[in-house]
Amino acid sequence: MNVVVCLKQVPGTTKVKINPETNTLIRQGIENIINPFDTYALEEGVRLKERFGGRVTAISMGPPQAEAMLREAISLGADEAVLLSDKTFAGADTWATAYTLASAVKKLGQYDLIICGRQTLDGDTGQVGPELAEMLNVPLVAYVSRVEEVADGQMRVQRLVEDGHEVIGTSLPAVISVVKEINVPRLPSLRGITKSKSAVIPVWTVQDLGVDQSMVGLAGSFTKVIKIFFPQRICQGEIFQGELENQVECLVGKLRDAGLV
Amino acid sequence: MEYFLSEEQKTIKSLARRIAEERILPVRAELDEKEEFPWAIIKDLADADMFRVFVPEEYEGLGGGCLELCLVVEELSRICSAVATCYAVNALGCFTLIDYGTEEQRRKYLPDIASGKKLTAFAVTEPTAGSDVSAIKTTAEKVEGGYVLNGTKQFITNGGEAEIYTVIALTDKARGARGASAILVEKDTPGFSFGKKEKKMGIRASATRELIFRNCFVPEENLISKPGMGFLLTMKLFDHSRPGIGAQAVGIAQGALEVAVDYTRQRIQFGQPLISLPVVQDILGDMGTQIEAARALVYAAARMVDSGAKNVTEESAMAKVFASDMAMKVTTDAVQICGGIGYMRDFPLEKMMRDAKITQIYEGSNQVLRNAIAIELRKRRARTE
Repeated sequence: MNVVVCLKQVPGTTKVKINPETNTLIRQGIENIINPFDTYALEEGVRLKERFGGRVTAISMGPPQAEAMLREAISLGADEAVLLSDKTFAGADTWATAYTLASAVKKLGQYDLIICGRQTLDGDTGQVGPELAEMLNVPLVAYVSRVEEVADGQMRVQRLVEDGHEVIGTSLPAVISVVKEINVPRLPSLRGITKSKSAVIPVWTVQDLGVDQSMVGLAGSFTKVIKIFFPQRICQGEIFQGELENQVECLVGKLRDAGLV
Repeated sequence: MEYFLSEEQKTIKSLARRIAEERILPVRAELDEKEEFPWAIIKDLADADMFRVFVPEEYEGLGGGCLELCLVVEELSRICSAVATCYAVNALGCFTLIDYGTEEQRRKYLPDIASGKKLTAFAVTEPTAGSDVSAIKTTAEKVEGGYVLNGTKQFITNGGEAEIYTVIALTDKARGARGASAILVEKDTPGFSFGKKEKKMGIRASATRELIFRNCFVPEENLISKPGMGFLLTMKLFDHSRPGIGAQAVGIAQGALEVAVDYTRQRIQFGQPLISLPVVQDILGDMGTQIEAARALVYAAARMVDSGAKNVTEESAMAKVFASDMAMKVTTDAVQICGGIGYMRDFPLEKMMRDAKITQIYEGSNQVLRNAIAIELRKRRARTE
């Protein structure tokens, strides 16, 4: 079973600056981590490989520094990794990102399953997985919480929905996005770390993917972030003090005044 | 302090720290309270290749030595010395096999030990034989095709949890200590059972049990080295493993120091943080210095073991004695300067103090080891006369 896992490097902090011109995150010079949701995707890929054989390929679109994250992916069980990095990829929205990833998946060749995290910690859209499935014209199951069975080009999974679980069967190849309930990601192994240090991680540019520059990055994005700001706090709590009876009276009075009771 | 560790050693140390902080720290109090063997953490350690560290590369290990083992044990002990014990005793259980086993024995057992699939234990102590190892009574009578074991081993770490036991038993009663041999016994061998699980003061998540042998037959190929070598192999084994106990002590003390520094920084008394009081600084300064001195001694002894030096009895004993006495003092002082909270079970220090105590006792009590050091000093002087 050949699995492709899509990973994104995200800031390991909430103190990030925004580029005022593009309204995208400034990723240089801050500590980065694997998007936490993607760690579950990687772990599931490695577990499927351990159960059914095959290979796990980790791919990521990002700046050159994302290579470190791909090395970590190898230490965690990925067999190989490819970094999609080119200045023209910068500023991509979810559509342009999915397009770039889809182009890379096509270049990789035969695959059975693509696994994504349910969403990223920074962008938070949860759109790249579904868009990727659309562009590759394969089925999508989002919010997968358990892989039940894989056999004969079919797969049965559980997906988390608001009021319970759905059990869904799909043909392969397919794209799934996973939730954190699916597994507990492992820590790296010593042998994995040794392997990751010497691993060769190819970097594919826009030329390598053979795609039009106008389809990737900011140029290929349909959406543009116009403004990013911290919402103003408008609600304020009130703490009643003094004797408990007085507190209750104050509370009831306030609720009455507001016409709530 | 810079110890000039290799890149590989630094990787081992930092991964062990990560496992300790991410996987052990959240459950250490619960494991201690419930006296529960930490199987889930053993699996994490196995998945991370930690059991490969001390196994030669030919047998699917990473080919590390005593120093690498010490680095892992120190990092695990910094968070929980009980888990470190469950881990470290595997080295004790297989060092004799690694150093003196036949190619066949190593091929049979070491790959499963390296992968963490099978835990090991070492059994010499008996009700009548603690510091006086030569007083063991368990026998291994020679019969057609093997040996029949009879007797009881006591206080065996990993007893009941391990799959492979290196057991020291008398193959020739008449010769006393010279008639002892090292024999591998697998769990589930008929005639081999486990007695009570001990309730301990510290390292409570580790399992300590009696091993009971009643007409337990083991095949001849399970004998390590030659008959009569058991006592010597045990002494050699402890020479190689004692820096590990030193590392355990250093780790416990380091953990206690960090907790004490954190607490005394934020605890306000007499209008200032405790750490600003000269009396507290005096104790903390001493704790830090003692820990570093012990660490330097432990690493130096471990490096000497790894160099293949013929006689390391003295250095290895010194590392264990100094570090364990230090850990007892440092953890006691840490409890003292943290005052009432230090004594409470919601706070990690009292556990560290309880855990430290065993390092002064097992793998040769500090008193017996001081004797051994003195004997070496005397021998050396005698040689120069």
